Amino acid sequence: MKPTYPLKLTCKQAAALMIAREDRALPLSNRAALRLHLAICAACPRYERQLLTLRNAMKQWRGYVDGDSER
Amino acid sequence: MSLSAPDAFEQQVASHRDYLLRFARLQLRNDSWAEDAVSETLLAALVKPQAFERRSQLKTWLVGILKHKVIDALRLQGREVSLSPQGDDGSADDLLDQAMFAPDGHFAEPPADWGNPEQELGSRQFFAVLEACATRLPAAQGRLFLMREWLELSSEEICKELALTPTNLYVQLHRARQRLRECLELNWFANPQAQ
Repeated sequence: MKPTYPLKLTCKQAAALMIAREDRALPLSNRAALRLHLAICAACPRYERQLLTLRNAMKQWRGYVDGDSER
Repeated sequence: MSLSAPDAFEQQVASHRDYLLRFARLQLRNDSWAEDAVSETLLAALVKPQAFERRSQLKTWLVGILKHKVIDALRLQGREVSLSPQGDDGSADDLLDQAMFAPDGHFAEPPADWGNPEQELGSRQFFAVLEACATRLPAAQGRLFLMREWLELSSEEICKELALTPTNLYVQLHRARQRLRECLELNWFANPQAQ
């Protein structure tokens, strides 16, 4: 599933990279392509913020489960 | 310490049993493994009460022990833990929900603006929804996701313990995140005021 130009991503490809980024470091070429895509896309930055929110939510939940936020 | 009559400490420890069991079940997805992990946790706490430092909350201390017992159980069950019943390990190219995207690779509908929900993320209601969404993940996926997010094991550790390839693990984590995002969108962000 290689795009025609290595730096040009579809939103679907960009979204897949953004989710992958939650679990592992992306290679430089992917990071560059993603950054370019996010700069010109209206929808993907929203998706990026959703994933960030999700990450923050898991972090807070971890603290909550562990009992830190009680009392 | 006498083991004959339940003392105050024993009662306090026992009062957290249901709470511990809920999270052991969520993580292990197997009632008897969860019961065992919680029993071992309570036993360990009662045998070594002096290990409990007053500085930390009793519940926090117990959850700390539980995490170790849960990890032991996951290790013991090994591969069984990571097997999904449907042999669900499709290709990495096909991870995202197809319905989310048009054939040309654009979003079918732009992702919703979730705003800045930092405040409500800390609320009890939000955690209840998040927990319900995590419960709905398929068992194998849910275990792996919570090993990563709650037990905070590294990807390398998880792969090693469960004899998984990194690709397989990432695919499962990827799917879990995707489902969780959808579930929260539907059950929380679509209409947070109604909670």
